[in-house]
Amino acid sequence: MVVTGLGTVNPIGLGVDETWKQARAAVSGVGRITHFDPTEFATKIAGEVRGLDLDAYLPRKEYRRMDRSAQFFWVATSQAMADAGLAYAEDDPAADRAGVVIGSGIGGIGTTQAEIDVMRERGPGRVSPLAITKVISNMGAGLVSIDFHLYGPNNCTVTACAASANAIGDAAEIIRRDDADVMVAGGTEAAICEFAVAGFSSAKAVSTRNDDPEGASRPFDADRDGFVMGEGAAVLIIEEYEHAKARGANVYAEILGYGMSSDGYHITLPRPGGAGAAKAMQRSLDNAGLAAADIDYINAHGTSTVANDVTETLAIKSVFGAGASSVPISSTKSMTGHLLGGAGAVESLMCVLAIRDGVVPPTINYTTPDPECDLDYVPNEAREMTVRRAMTNSFGFGGHNVALIFGAV
Amino acid sequence: MDRADIEAKLIDLLVDELGLERDNITPEARFEEDLDVDSLGVVEMLMALEDNFGVKIPDDEAETITTVSQAVDVVASKLNG
Repeated sequence: MVVTGLGTVNPIGLGVDETWKQARAAVSGVGRITHFDPTEFATKIAGEVRGLDLDAYLPRKEYRRMDRSAQFFWVATSQAMADAGLAYAEDDPAADRAGVVIGSGIGGIGTTQAEIDVMRERGPGRVSPLAITKVISNMGAGLVSIDFHLYGPNNCTVTACAASANAIGDAAEIIRRDDADVMVAGGTEAAICEFAVAGFSSAKAVSTRNDDPEGASRPFDADRDGFVMGEGAAVLIIEEYEHAKARGANVYAEILGYGMSSDGYHITLPRPGGAGAAKAMQRSLDNAGLAAADIDYINAHGTSTVANDVTETLAIKSVFGAGASSVPISSTKSMTGHLLGGAGAVESLMCVLAIRDGVVPPTINYTTPDPECDLDYVPNEAREMTVRRAMTNSFGFGGHNVALIFGAV
Repeated sequence: MDRADIEAKLIDLLVDELGLERDNITPEARFEEDLDVDSLGVVEMLMALEDNFGVKIPDDEAETITTVSQAVDVVASKLNG
């Protein structure tokens, strides 16, 4: 299975090229929240998608019926399909062999909040007939299957912050078992609304470094104080290799490994010591038939929470052993914020581009080493180096651990 | 409010709230067949009519509305009848 197309909208870019340019330039996409007035909120910052011109992609008649999360997924899919050089006519028999898997943590939570307001203020009869179709997490996949004519498998993974890593891994498995030739795979999130920000704040999960938005997401730094919410989507076109070769497609990378585990420990906290995360990483290596020493770069989950970054560091040490100190590790959440259900897809995209261009994106805002996080986090500047194989980690509330491995072709 | 005013306001609603193309909207246009407004969109339109004209359109009357002109008739009958 290979990657033949990419698309994304996220806080640092409205497309793949812009995103990669900004990531290489160590640019933060975090700022004060503008989607609502955050004055009364403990956390007033997030990575918002700004300046997206939906009219350039589809008619308002269509996008107004979509939640913001589905709009992001639609746009990323549109970019990725074009990048892959794929388009299916409505009656194309090949469309039966093309499918989609979307990952999302909370689906249309902004719509949920807005429509509950309508119901409370104006009565149940005023709730929109589109409320449910905008809320459900799978609808981004439903919409692109309709508009891009994808009649193969159509699924949705809802494993919180591991959701889109699961989507990509599951999509590759669907191709491996010959249920499809092409899969649109990725994830989306648009959860920067009062309700979700308040909930994450109460859970003490998010940074309150409100006076320094661009410095707030600081994975592995000693002064980190929580993650920074981001929003957006990323999509990878995953294709069976012979299928891609036969049509002369541009191949970015190969999907080599997919590993999963469950912490089985706590609803939000990672298992101390990182045994759960380590199992997912080891299983992805086993699945790929690789040893830890074969991995040139790790795109970490690296949320910038106190607990995650220590635990993930321990997990990497347990899997990589003596090699842990020499493998470059970065968290691009330092720039994008945490896209929750979209995170695994954005970070897979980063891995694929690192392989293509021989550049590892940095962990920005790394100024004060934490004695418990003592590995090479590619601090503050991108690094030119050959990347043959890259691993990305994604861990979700509920104890969902996923690792994916991408390789040069 | 006379019929022409109702029609003008209805067309504005269809453009602003449902995102329809103004040029496609004629009195004879059928919502589902001509304007590509599906059943969910028809419900949205009815809710917009009720909100903006301050009328209540019962389900049995709503079901008789298939064209722009019929929607204007129903609103006019509520406002003036």
